[in-house]
Amino acid sequence: MEGELALMGKYIGAGLAAIGLGGAGIGVGNIAGNFLAGALRNPSAAPSQTANLFVGIAFAEALGIFSFLIALLLMFAV
Amino acid sequence: MATEAHGEAGAAVGMPQLDFSTWPNQIFWLLVTLVVIYLVLSKIALPRIGAVLADRKSTITNDLAAAEELKQKAVEAEKAYNDALANARTEAAKIIAAAKAEIQKDLDAATAKADAEIAAKTAESEKSIAAIRDGAAAAVAEVARDTAAELVTALGGAADAKSVSAAVTARLKG
Amino acid sequence: MATEEGSGLQIHPMDQFVVKPLFGDGPIQWYTPTNVTLWMGIAVLAVIALLVLSTRRRAIVPSRGQSVAELFYGFVHKMVEDVAGHEGVKFFPYVMTLFMFVFLSNMLGLIPMSFTTTSHIAVTVVLAMLVFLTVTLVGLYRKGLGFLAMFWVTSAPLALRPVLAVIEVVSYFVRPVSHSVRLGGNLLAGHAVIKVFAGFAGAMGLASVVPIAAIVAMYGLEVLVAAVQAYVFTILTCVYLRDAVGEAHH
Repeated sequence: MEGELALMGKYIGAGLAAIGLGGAGIGVGNIAGNFLAGALRNPSAAPSQTANLFVGIAFAEALGIFSFLIALLLMFAV
Repeated sequence: MATEAHGEAGAAVGMPQLDFSTWPNQIFWLLVTLVVIYLVLSKIALPRIGAVLADRKSTITNDLAAAEELKQKAVEAEKAYNDALANARTEAAKIIAAAKAEIQKDLDAATAKADAEIAAKTAESEKSIAAIRDGAAAAVAEVARDTAAELVTALGGAADAKSVSAAVTARLKG
Repeated sequence: MATEEGSGLQIHPMDQFVVKPLFGDGPIQWYTPTNVTLWMGIAVLAVIALLVLSTRRRAIVPSRGQSVAELFYGFVHKMVEDVAGHEGVKFFPYVMTLFMFVFLSNMLGLIPMSFTTTSHIAVTVVLAMLVFLTVTLVGLYRKGLGFLAMFWVTSAPLALRPVLAVIEVVSYFVRPVSHSVRLGGNLLAGHAVIKVFAGFAGAMGLASVVPIAAIVAMYGLEVLVAAVQAYVFTILTCVYLRDAVGEAHH
């Protein structure tokens, strides 16, 4: 009984942790959308900024990956 | 607790990433791999590709320089050609002008000569025409006098030669 | 790849990451040749084939293989030059090593039944720690204590600077964590998702067309992710290197 409760908690926790990925999705979409808006206003400056775009996406995504990692840890390692 | 989560499956081992017993193995082989790749890249691949790229760049630069030179030469040749053409044109114009002047001179001389001849001929003709006209006028007066005398005789008058002649002369003048 | 036992939904998305000895079934010592060894060796061979064998003829007018090698060279070289600065070009072979290893491991990992070495935290942590240590040591060596000035944000108001310094120091030490977990987590997540869909496909009979289509879509995305993560890992390396060798911290 106690073990089942812990199992339930684990799965619920993993599901909750997965919500964090939504935040990462919002962040990445925000960056890409703003980049596109800026690039359409000034297309000549866009190619020089793609590196910054990817770095920004990477930073935003890393935080989502952290929460995904928590979910995985709860599912498989705890 | 973990065994309950996937104990039934049997094969599941949680997250293999967190199985620390395999870490030394992975790290060891990773370091070996990285060292091998680093040596291959820094000793063979990168110098070679860099040399090829530099070669290509210098080849292209040389070709461009050669092309520039050839272009320069072509421009020069065109300029020389144009110069020669212009020279030839002026020369030709000069020759033409000289020829024209000469011809004009000849022409003028010939024209003057011809004019003089024509003037002489005209004067001569006019003289002969005047003589012919005078002759003709005298002949006309003669014929008219004779005819008038004949007519007077035919009409039954006595033709007085002197009066007839005076009348005819008056008529002719009028 | 799919779990075809058919007895209900038995999906083991993590089985593909298990480290196994290549020969026999014994314990894994640090020197044991494992599937890690195999796939890292294949990555080395791929590097040699891609960058050494294809450029064998050193042609002025490149063949297809040589064009690819030159493309990789130019891509990484330009990245190092643009991001890390002229001083950073000294580290070009090092950055190129990281890029080629990560890129080829990611791509090789997409071959069905293969083993993705870069999905293991052990591997990515070592890669990130190498970068972290390189940056720190080179920075301290070249700039001395001036390297620590990058934690002291002179453009901020004086009162804020200690707070910012703490934040900067923390973020500096979090770098290798995010650097490694980003790469490992992305690949782990992608491969696990494909495996989960494959498990659905095994259990759904005729309707498995849907998960198979999803696998195809995910696979396309994973190819993109594999390339982008290699790019991101490399460009972050360059960004960090700029702190160590660049003129000023931006």
